[in-house]
Amino acid sequence: MFGIPTQALFSQLLLGLINGSFYAMLSLGLAVIFGMLNIVNFAHGALYMMGAFVAWFLLNWFGVNYWGALVLAPLVVGALGVVIERTMLQRLAGLDHLYGLLLTFGLALIIQGGFQNVYGSSGQPYAIPPQLTGGQNLGFMFLPNYRAWVVVFSLTVCLATWFAIEKTSLGAKLRAATENPTLVRAFGINVPLMITLTYGFGVALAGLAGVLSAPINQVRPLMGADLIIVVFSVVVIGGMGSIMVSIVTGFALGICEGLTKVFYPEASNIVIFVIMAVVLLIKPAGLFGRAA
Amino acid sequence: MAAPLLAVRELEAWYGESHVLHGVSFDVREGEVVTLLGRNGAGKTTTLKSIMGIVGKRKGSIAYEGQETIGASSDRIARLGIAFCPEERGIFSSLDVKENLMLPPLVRPGGLSVEQIFELFPNLKERLASQGTKLSGGEQQMLAIGRILRTGARLLLLDEPTEGLAPVIIQQIGRTIARLKQQGFTILLVEQNFRFASTVADRYYVMEHGKVIDAFANAELAANMDKLHDYLGV
Ligand SMILES: Nc1ncnc2c1ncn2[C@@H]1O[C@H](COP(=O)(O)OP(=O)(O)OP(=O)(O)O)[C@@H](O)[C@H]1O
Ligand SMILES: [Mg+2]
Repeated sequence: MFGIPTQALFSQLLLGLINGSFYAMLSLGLAVIFGMLNIVNFAHGALYMMGAFVAWFLLNWFGVNYWGALVLAPLVVGALGVVIERTMLQRLAGLDHLYGLLLTFGLALIIQGGFQNVYGSSGQPYAIPPQLTGGQNLGFMFLPNYRAWVVVFSLTVCLATWFAIEKTSLGAKLRAATENPTLVRAFGINVPLMITLTYGFGVALAGLAGVLSAPINQVRPLMGADLIIVVFSVVVIGGMGSIMVSIVTGFALGICEGLTKVFYPEASNIVIFVIMAVVLLIKPAGLFGRAA
Repeated sequence: MAAPLLAVRELEAWYGESHVLHGVSFDVREGEVVTLLGRNGAGKTTTLKSIMGIVGKRKGSIAYEGQETIGASSDRIARLGIAFCPEERGIFSSLDVKENLMLPPLVRPGGLSVEQIFELFPNLKERLASQGTKLSGGEQQMLAIGRILRTGARLLLLDEPTEGLAPVIIQQIGRTIARLKQQGFTILLVEQNFRFASTVADRYYVMEHGKVIDAFANAELAANMDKLHDYLGV
C-alpha cells in the first residue's frame, strides 16, 4: 500500500495504539478531576511517574512482582492524591483555575526534582513479567504479548470507568455533584469526601498507567513530564467534554501519531501539536467541548 | 404545647458582604403547612437556604427537633430529616429522570416508595429514561418534589413550587401538598401566590427586608386581606 510495507504500517499502528492507551488513561483522569474539582491537574505526569517508581520500589525493595504492583502502586498513588487534596487542593475551592494550576504545577516540579536528585535522568529497567514475554506471529506482523496486554487492559480500564460514571448510581452522584455540588450536598451526600476520592481515583489511574508503562519505557524521573505535554494537547483537542471523549480522543490521536510515523516520520513528534493548533483555531473549546 | 419541630430565632444571613436577613424568627410545628409570603427580594429563599445550611454566613439559631443546626454542614442538616426543593428546581441535565429521582439518599426510614411517588405524579413514570431537563416545567417541578419524598425527610422546604406553571398543574401540586400533609409531612412553603397558599396553608408569616413583619393563621386570612395587599403590593 503506497509502497509502505504492511509490516511497518501495522507495527506503527500498534505503537500508536499503545501511546493512545496512555493518552486515554491519563486524559480520562484529568477529565474526571477537572469535572469535580475544577482543577487542571498539572501534577498528573509526576504521579504517573510515581506509579512506575512505586512498582520499581515494590519489586526491588519488597520483592513484589508486576501483578502485585498493578494493584498496589495505584493504591499508593491514590492515597498520596487523597493527602494532596485534603491538605492543599481543598483550600483552593472557589478560587480561580489559575491557583490550582500553579499549585499542581509546583507539586509536579517538586516531585520530579526530588526523584531526579536521587535517580538522575537515566532510566531504571523494569522487566516484562514472565507471563507476558514473547509474542504472536500474526503473519502480517509480530505482536509482542506485553504490548497487546497494555492495549487490552487500558481499554478495559477506560471502559469500566466510563461505565461506572455514566451507568451506575454512584456515577450519577458524581455527575450531579459536577453540575451542582451545593444542591447535591443539601440532599445529604458528603460532597467534600466525594471530591477527595475523585482526585484520589483520577491520580490512581495515572499511577496505574505508570505501572503499565514501566516495562515498555523504563522508569525515569522525567517520563511523566514528557508525556503530560502531549496528554494536555489531547485534552485540548477533545475538549473537557466527557469521559468518552477523553477515551476516544486519546486512542485516536495515538493512532494518528503512529500513522504519521509511517507516512511522514519527520512530523510524528509534532503532529498532535499541529492538530491542536488547527482545532484551537476552528473550535477553541475543543472538538467536543462545551464552550465555557 | 409541644416544642416546635423547627424554631428559627434571630436568624441573620449574608451573601459575601451583603447582609440579607436581619433577625428572622418563626416556628413550624409538626404536621403544619406554614407559608412564607413577601415581595421579591424580601429574603424568603435566603431563609430556606439558611435552614438548609447553604448560604455563606449565618448567625442566630435554627433548631430542628430541639437540635441546634446553625453551625452544621448542609449534608448533616439533610440527614436530620430536612429536604429542600429549590426555586430553580435543580433538575440535573446530565442525569435522566430516574437518576434524578433516585439521587437523594435515604436519610430516615419512612419515606414514600417510588410507586407512591408515581401515584402522586403519574407523568414521571412515563418519562423515566428522558434527560431530566427535557421535561416540561411542570414535570420538572413534580420531579423536584417527588425526589425528596423518598428520602424519609419529615420537613420539606418548598420554594415557590407553582412559579410559572399552568393552572391545572398548580392544582395538582396543591392536591399533592394536601396529601403530604395528611401523611404527616411538615411543610415550609414559600409562595408569592397567596390564593394558592390559602388552599394549603395553616399559617402565614410575612417577610419584608429580611425580617418577619407579620403572622396570622389561615382562618384570619380574610380579615388580613387589606394588609396583605399592602405588604405584597398586589
Ligand atoms: N447569591 C446572591 N448573592 C448576593 N445577593 C443575593 C443572592 N441571592 C439573593 N440575594 C439578595 O438577597 C435578597 C433576598 O433574596 P431572596 O432570594 O432571599 O429573596 P426572595 O424573597 O426569595 O425573592 P423572590 O420572591 O424574588 O424569590 C435580595 O435583595 C437579593 O438581591
Ligand atoms: Mg426566592
